[in-house]
Amino acid sequence: MNMQELLFLVPSFPLVSSLILLLLAGRLSPMLVALLGVGSMGLAAILTLFIGVEFMGMGGNAFQQVLFNWLPIAGAPINFGLHLDQLSLVMMGVITGVGWMIHWYAAAYMFGDKDVQRFFVYMNLFVFAMLMLVLGDNLVLLYLGWEGVGLCSFLLIGFWQHKADNVVAAKKAFIVTRVGDTAMMIGLLILFSEFSSLHITTIVESTVQVSQSNLWLACLLLVGGAVGKSAQLPLQTWLPDAMAGPTPVSALIHAATMVTAGVYLIARMHPLFLQVEGILNLVAWIGALTLVLAGLAALAQTDIKRILAYSTMSQIGYMFLGLGALAFDAAIFHLMTHAFFKALLFLTAGSIILKMHHQQDIFKMGGLFRSLPLTSTFLLIGLLALVAFPGSSGFFSKEAILAATYEAHTAGPMLWWIGVLGAFLTSLYSFRLLFIVCFGPANHDLKEPDYKPSSQLVVPLLPLVTLAVIGGFISLDFSLVFGPAHHPHLPLWIEWMPVAVALVGFILAWVLYFSRSSFHTRQPSDGLIRRFCRDGLGFDWLYEQLFTKPLQLFARINKSDVIDHFYHFVGWFNFSLNEILVISQNGKLRWYLFGTLAGCALMLGGLLWWR
Amino acid sequence: MMTVPIEHGFVLVALLWVIGLVGLLSRKNTLFMLMSMEIMLNAGALAFILAGSLWQQADGQVIYILILSIAAAEVGLGLALLIRLRQHIGDLDIDKLDEMKG
Repeated sequence: MNMQELLFLVPSFPLVSSLILLLLAGRLSPMLVALLGVGSMGLAAILTLFIGVEFMGMGGNAFQQVLFNWLPIAGAPINFGLHLDQLSLVMMGVITGVGWMIHWYAAAYMFGDKDVQRFFVYMNLFVFAMLMLVLGDNLVLLYLGWEGVGLCSFLLIGFWQHKADNVVAAKKAFIVTRVGDTAMMIGLLILFSEFSSLHITTIVESTVQVSQSNLWLACLLLVGGAVGKSAQLPLQTWLPDAMAGPTPVSALIHAATMVTAGVYLIARMHPLFLQVEGILNLVAWIGALTLVLAGLAALAQTDIKRILAYSTMSQIGYMFLGLGALAFDAAIFHLMTHAFFKALLFLTAGSIILKMHHQQDIFKMGGLFRSLPLTSTFLLIGLLALVAFPGSSGFFSKEAILAATYEAHTAGPMLWWIGVLGAFLTSLYSFRLLFIVCFGPANHDLKEPDYKPSSQLVVPLLPLVTLAVIGGFISLDFSLVFGPAHHPHLPLWIEWMPVAVALVGFILAWVLYFSRSSFHTRQPSDGLIRRFCRDGLGFDWLYEQLFTKPLQLFARINKSDVIDHFYHFVGWFNFSLNEILVISQNGKLRWYLFGTLAGCALMLGGLLWWR
Repeated sequence: MMTVPIEHGFVLVALLWVIGLVGLLSRKNTLFMLMSMEIMLNAGALAFILAGSLWQQADGQVIYILILSIAAAEVGLGLALLIRLRQHIGDLDIDKLDEMKG
């Protein structure tokens, strides 16, 4: 049997499970809910594996599956069609594979929450939308998935909606990404008017002569969408606040899958970007600036999840740098390895947070290596992959990106140095996190037997740990999507420079945060620079001043809508007229008589006059 | 025999009608209002007679008979109402009948 024909089942499993959970709300036992939510992901992941094996076996040629006609536009019908090629296969593998582990973990993490069924409705719906995003064969379907993941992200950030902060964070995430989405929507419409089609393959293989300036604008707007979704400058402010959601949500949506959608979009549309000048340069600069700024911000955070959030932002910055440096395959490779180790990091952070009774401040942890040896080891492995320790998965992908950056004509040594600086910052904040959380004296007063990591919280981590270590040896073949792989030959010092600076970062972190004597200086003093970094380098403040404040001012001034004044006047006029006329209704019969006769006289007079 | 010019008749009609109208508007006593109304009716009836004689048609006199009978019926009804009114509020002042404001 031809497994590829079953491709449509992969997104169907989470969708059907989501619908079942939605329709039977409140009627299923928590066990059954977890079984459905996780089981559908498991089926999707296993099917993806089979499809992937067969796909590779058949040489990796793109495979199309049109399910039905969605929007019957004459000339350019938009089909509900799936497109499987080497790029979407990797994305599908990451979404279903890593997603399965996260769902599994989430089932244990959320066990006992009264809204666990709602949680899995959102989670499965998210996976469906994400699969539509990467499998859709046209940009409308991609946009459907794009908005779908945005919606699920909003719902899941605000999952514990009884806390006002969570709701604010959810709204912020939705509105900020909306800015990018709107840009992307306009970009899609420009593409449609230029190519008169939204079918991705048709667009990227099109030989039609199109207006270069319009294409440039469309690409810029697509980058706008990607920047919003992937939390890059200047739309990055939502990601740290998005950590208000449950930790598995952060692992799935805000580390492994959704935030990398922007990277996928640019990689998917890369032939367009190659046709225009300057946009890829811009992408590289966005990535480089974001990775440094996010690294600096991560250094000043005290909340374990916010550190990881800024770290995610910074790693996606590397992916953007790779895209900008024409190393699309390296960027997607880093996307994959990042999904492995960042999901692992978030899930171990989740275990630590559970252990700490939802205490997320790293300065109130400490000494966890003794009480949680296994989780701490996993954290260490994840962090080693994050800092690109030689041999770990992150090493290969980051190395590939940096090497390509040095050579590419769109990037160059300048951006390479920024990337190296980012590697140093990554190492510094990673080991700061490790030393403060896992070593040193315990800064908490929890008893040892308070919490036992249940096996369900550990088993899903094992595949992720394995992949975080050996994921770099998976050789991805993108030759049919991005063209033949290009292996730059660089001097040895350039290849080892990132490792060297990571080592420097490690030593510096050791000196600053590990040695016992500096324990007292560990508590963050509230210096100006530290506060500036902790608040995300002032972007929140800037946007508050630039957009929120003027809008609020305008809203306050215009509290009673200006246009309403006209309608208020009409109402007021009628009421006044009514009050005047009511005076005449006094019950005096002779007045009525007089009125009637006067009216008759007026009308008669008028009639005679106008004749 | 000296004939009265028809214009004089119409002037009389107008005078009678205005007298009746002024009486109707200025009088408070319902009985006098009723009488003023009769004067106005008679003015109208006289206008029909005059028109009939002007065009040498009998219709004017027919309508006069009709108006006369209507006036008689109206006076009958009006007087009955007045009696009831007097029994009810002990007065014939029309301005005391404004309780319903309608």
